[in-house]
Amino acid sequence: MEAYVFYLFAFIIIASGIAVVTMRNIFHCALMLIFCLFTVAGLYVLLSAEFLAVVQVLLYVGAVAILMIFAIMLTSRLAGREVQLSNEQTFVGGFLALVFALGIFYAVNATYFVPSDAVLGRENSLAIGKLLMTEFVLPFEVISVLLLAALIGAIIIARREGN
Amino acid sequence: MPADYSAVLVFIIAGTGIVVFTFLLSWFVQPRNPYKVKTETYECGEPIFEQSWTQFNNRFYIFGLIFVIFDVEAVFLFPWAVAFKSLGLFALVEMVIFITILLVGLVYAWKKGALKWV
Repeated sequence: MEAYVFYLFAFIIIASGIAVVTMRNIFHCALMLIFCLFTVAGLYVLLSAEFLAVVQVLLYVGAVAILMIFAIMLTSRLAGREVQLSNEQTFVGGFLALVFALGIFYAVNATYFVPSDAVLGRENSLAIGKLLMTEFVLPFEVISVLLLAALIGAIIIARREGN
Repeated sequence: MPADYSAVLVFIIAGTGIVVFTFLLSWFVQPRNPYKVKTETYECGEPIFEQSWTQFNNRFYIFGLIFVIFDVEAVFLFPWAVAFKSLGLFALVEMVIFITILLVGLVYAWKKGALKWV
């Protein structure tokens, strides 16, 4: 059962990934990307990484993809028009992607994965929360400084572009 | 897969299935004779004068960026809230520091007028 769900998700991810690069309307590409990222969250659930799945939906689907759609809608030359999305190098790109995929396939096949004895935690986010508040306090607080820097940088850049 | 997620799977399948079924059904039963007025976008009887694909105001982007920052902050709030009962006061102090640092950014954005709609 689990394997079938995995194959279903994998098929959707690959199909929507191909749709991202082949669709004509760049807005539809962005929607397909959201679909793809959402299904990746499904994979995380399959791996019992529920917290990661929620973060995937919240950050990638909810924030990054929305920002991309914003960028498309705010760019006057992009929205709703036929934009030249591909160039003459379809076959070179496809060939390179194939080589890359085969390389990954070979690497995964050649690696012997040692199964871990560790028990999967039922309380995913509880464990993460405890670790964040005890062992990784400093990185946790540094993250807020990093976010602050990103926020200030974003405002400065966006305001300069606006004026 | 954890067993308690089968309900979610059923929900996804049913949700998609109903939408697909409705679209297919309407595709099979609908009469097709499109003409110009019929295919126009309905705008409460007003004649349409422009494409709906217009450029949106650039100012939305800065709101989007600020939203992303606080979205990342929210991600850290969830595990904190779950683990809060077993950690107590120390965790509260940590989170107050975390949020205060980010509040500086919000105040900065406010003072710079990034939140103002001009």
